[in-house]
Amino acid sequence: MNDDKSIWSWDHALAVLPDLLWTFLTVTLIVTIIGSAIAAVLGLIIALGRRTSPRPVAGALTLVMNFIRMTPLVVQLLFAYYVFTTVPPIVLGTVIIGIHYATYMAEVYRAGIDAVPPGQWEATTALSMSPARTWTAVIIPQALRATLPALANYVISMFKDTPFLMVITVTELVREAQLYGGTNFRYVEAITLAGLIFLAASLLSSVLARRLEKKLEYTTA
Amino acid sequence: MTENLDALWRALPQIWDGVFITLVLTAGGALLAIVVAIALGLLARFENILLRGFARTIIELFRGTSLLVQLFFFFFVLPLPPFNLELPALFTGILALGLNYGAYGAEVVRGSINAVPAGQWEATTALSMSRSQRMRRVIFPQAWALMIPSLNNLLIQLLKGTAVVYLITIVDLTAELNRLRVQTDVFFAYTLGLLVYFAIAYLLTLGMNALESRAKHRLGQGVKWRDAIAGTPPVPDMKGAGQAA
Repeated sequence: MNDDKSIWSWDHALAVLPDLLWTFLTVTLIVTIIGSAIAAVLGLIIALGRRTSPRPVAGALTLVMNFIRMTPLVVQLLFAYYVFTTVPPIVLGTVIIGIHYATYMAEVYRAGIDAVPPGQWEATTALSMSPARTWTAVIIPQALRATLPALANYVISMFKDTPFLMVITVTELVREAQLYGGTNFRYVEAITLAGLIFLAASLLSSVLARRLEKKLEYTTA
Repeated sequence: MTENLDALWRALPQIWDGVFITLVLTAGGALLAIVVAIALGLLARFENILLRGFARTIIELFRGTSLLVQLFFFFFVLPLPPFNLELPALFTGILALGLNYGAYGAEVVRGSINAVPAGQWEATTALSMSRSQRMRRVIFPQAWALMIPSLNNLLIQLLKGTAVVYLITIVDLTAELNRLRVQTDVFFAYTLGLLVYFAIAYLLTLGMNALESRAKHRLGQGVKWRDAIAGTPPVPDMKGAGQAA
């Protein structure tokens, strides 16, 4: 028991690490990937909806969007958890985090769409393109390219918000660490390692996001 | 619906206490965050590799690990044997929120200072101002006006972040909602809670907008901040109007 006196015990660290890595791969990463996909698609739908709908609809959409953006993800998760009691928490959590981040990404898309030069719109009119073709063949491809780095940053930020899913009983990385700490009365290794896994993953993804940004800058210049 | 309202009426004092705790966490966290943000943001601009390295390490550490990891570290790890440091839960919450959002704020501060036009920096050199004079009297007031919109976003994030502190036994608004849920129905309790959070966020945004127009007004840009709050349109300057025509 003498290792309980030391600040760091490698025995505890090695005992908890496999579980943490496994939870990271099977819960945190999966939630982030599927949640990002939901956010990216739904965000685009919201952004297009706000641009193309008649005024009252667009206004209502903006109100709902701002309401979701300005209220806590945790309360939204709890709300959904007690309303949709039959849906598995992990599925529900992924959808809610996806919807929450869709409202952020919608703003990114909006900025991207606004940044497409007016000449491009005029050109589609000159070529008498249909509205659908204007959006899919001209506007969205250009808008997307400009928005990719900002979207990538929101994915990283969503990744760091996945521990909030523990409020609806999802055992993700931080909860796994807390459980180990609770049963063994040793929190330091488990929680530090959970933090290090987050740190490593977010530093790595920041580097990748920056590289993506550089690459897009270079090809558009 | 009437049962819900009755239950709400009975629970109102507790709800109000919860709102108060949420406001304390938001205010305390924001205060700590702005101090951390300015300190680290300034340090991160130093030429000295040690100072800059220190600031960057702290910034990346608190940005890169999740808020909940930091909250749990302070709450679960510090009281146990090697550290034996037991902090009050409310203080722990403010500490984690302040350091986490302060690290994000440091990047905002650094970016805004770098965004002040080069001519302003050159002018301070021409006037042979000292480093601290330059920062206090010329650069920071201009950077401050630039950074307020981003700081507002972070403030709203911080407010939303306070909702997790009930996991470390703090009885904030979310904790009170979890109790209210039992007496009323789920839909009623959480809809009410979301509306309260939204109202707080909205008021904070109004306050930050007023702060921004004040900062701009002091730089000789924009309208007086009292006019901005009151929503009265600025009186246009009519001097010389019509002369150009």
